[in-house]
Amino acid sequence: MSTATAAPQTMTFNDAYRLALDEALASDPGVLLLGEDIGDKEGGGVFKVTKGLSTKYGAHRVRTTPISEQAIVGAAVGAALAGMRPVAEIMLMNFVTVAMDQLFNHAAKLRFMSGGQTGVPITIRTRTGAGAGTAGQHSDMLEAWFAHTAGMKVVVPSTPADAKGLLSSCIFDDDPCIFIEDGLTRMLTGPAPPPGHRVPLGKANVVRSGSDVSVIGYGRPLGDTLAIAERLAKEGIQVEVVDLRTVSPMDTDTILKSVAKTRRAVVVHEAPRSFGCGAEVVARIQEHLYGQLAAPVLRVASRDVTVPFTKVLETEYLYKPTAIEAAIRRTLEARAPR
Amino acid sequence: MTSTQGFSARTLLDIYRKALLIQLFDERMRSLISTGRMGAVYYSPRGQEILAAAMGVNLKPTDYLVTTYRGVHDQLAKGMPLRLLVAEYAGKATGACKGKGGAMHITYPAAGIMVTTGVVGSGLPIANGLALAAQLRGDGRVALCNFGDGASNIGAFHEALNMASLWKLPVIFLCQNNHYAECTRYEDGTSVAHVSERAAAYGKGMRGVTVDGNDPQAMWQASREAVERARAGEGPTLIEAMTFRFMGHYFGDPGPYIPKEEYAAALARDPMPACKAAVLQAKAATEVELAGIASEISAQIDDAVKFANDSSPPDISEIDKDIYATGASA
Repeated sequence: MSTATAAPQTMTFNDAYRLALDEALASDPGVLLLGEDIGDKEGGGVFKVTKGLSTKYGAHRVRTTPISEQAIVGAAVGAALAGMRPVAEIMLMNFVTVAMDQLFNHAAKLRFMSGGQTGVPITIRTRTGAGAGTAGQHSDMLEAWFAHTAGMKVVVPSTPADAKGLLSSCIFDDDPCIFIEDGLTRMLTGPAPPPGHRVPLGKANVVRSGSDVSVIGYGRPLGDTLAIAERLAKEGIQVEVVDLRTVSPMDTDTILKSVAKTRRAVVVHEAPRSFGCGAEVVARIQEHLYGQLAAPVLRVASRDVTVPFTKVLETEYLYKPTAIEAAIRRTLEARAPR
Repeated sequence: MTSTQGFSARTLLDIYRKALLIQLFDERMRSLISTGRMGAVYYSPRGQEILAAAMGVNLKPTDYLVTTYRGVHDQLAKGMPLRLLVAEYAGKATGACKGKGGAMHITYPAAGIMVTTGVVGSGLPIANGLALAAQLRGDGRVALCNFGDGASNIGAFHEALNMASLWKLPVIFLCQNNHYAECTRYEDGTSVAHVSERAAAYGKGMRGVTVDGNDPQAMWQASREAVERARAGEGPTLIEAMTFRFMGHYFGDPGPYIPKEEYAAALARDPMPACKAAVLQAKAATEVELAGIASEISAQIDDAVKFANDSSPPDISEIDKDIYATGASA
């Protein structure tokens, strides 16, 4: 455990990730980190999340790997089958495509295919997000691919405290978890979590209570949504904000409870709109609450195109906070059913 | 380092006994499937029995095994219980995987059978992980990874061998070169004369050896050296065991792509009669004793088939189980 005397009041997302890894390495000898450049000899990772950890716990437990995503994830799968708790860093989410066989055919499925004899308690930490001009091979939000795969858990934090608590839960969860870190907001700060903080997987969080409309989402757009909700409150519009935290398995109960109350919903995410996780949220709402809804459930998401490089196009690609506000207003203007 | 010391008449008999189990099991499964009494998706290992048996006698129950859909010989040589195996083939609740994996995905960690993959080449990176766990814990286990010659052309092979060499992992990569990658001849898909040549690409950490996989003593020796090397922390070995696949790729594959002369020559070198002759010549057992062993094995297979037949398919509720550890669904 960290021996820091004065606990910080705030921390960045990056600090939160590091804290979760540090705590896990300290508390369980079965925890093992694998990834490109993650050792201190290589600078503690391209994003510095693992800085100091190989010095503290040894390069045998905080292992710098070759640029071999299949071998990284495969090694994590094998070590997990043997009972360890590997955390593999796939530097950027687009690079998970190189390891999809290991993730999709093996990590996610071996528990089911072995009739429960084996499990794969791995955590894949991976960074992504558009907005930094890294274009179509370094920016994609691919959570829907994994949410569509039985056996996989998909986790996206939206605050540093949640980042710490969710990552700790992923590491000590007995199932494979994809933990998605947003690159653009990695140095943003938020209130620091208490020591040993854990956030349960599979549970959404009602971040802000409101009676007029529910906005349901995860990751970066949550911050935008909260700012919009603050502003709209001054107009007397009470927005309830639900952070899924875990995209899959999805906390349907919390979503339905919120929308049953507000009768209006907007779903937001950074990933492209079509065939995204937002569509699943919308489907579950209408399956259960058809007839009770006062307005069509709307989606705000990024455009269905490859993430472009140049700023004007990248901005056009990304979901827009103004679109979240517009969707909320449109929902409120819709005529309630008789 | 290791010589043929330790290869006794008893070792030969141990190998033959395992190989005979594989042969008789395979014959029974093919008979059950071809007569419609079982609906398993089955890839016959006929012709590849000796290499699996000779490796198997060098492994401990706690060692890890990763193999492929054509892997029943590897599983049986590792100690797979027959009842759980046949019941899994038959898709019954009493099968090792409760009927959820089937013949292509046999798993039985109690005997170290950790993964049987249906995807060519996927096992190698996973075997590294098992070996890494053994190395970090210092528990002396080794990981054996079986695959065919075709798998040496997929990216995972190269990533895995590089990593294993780099980290001196206690892993044995056993390439069973049966001359055909599915239906494509070895030389039409592979750029080197021997898969073992590829070991050189992974530096001094990787040992590469080609051996006659159908020769019990040669295969035993190569296996023993690789296992000892791994257990001693000296690193991985790529063994290329030369063999032949008598029953084609998939069940019922007529094998039109195999020249008749090649097939006839391979069949003339069927390793099973040769091994039996060697056992008799070494006086490891008499004809009568071998017949006794065969009928003992046949009785065990009878028992397993009956067990599978008498078992029920899994309850429908199994569809929702084993997705997550705690039983939640998406």
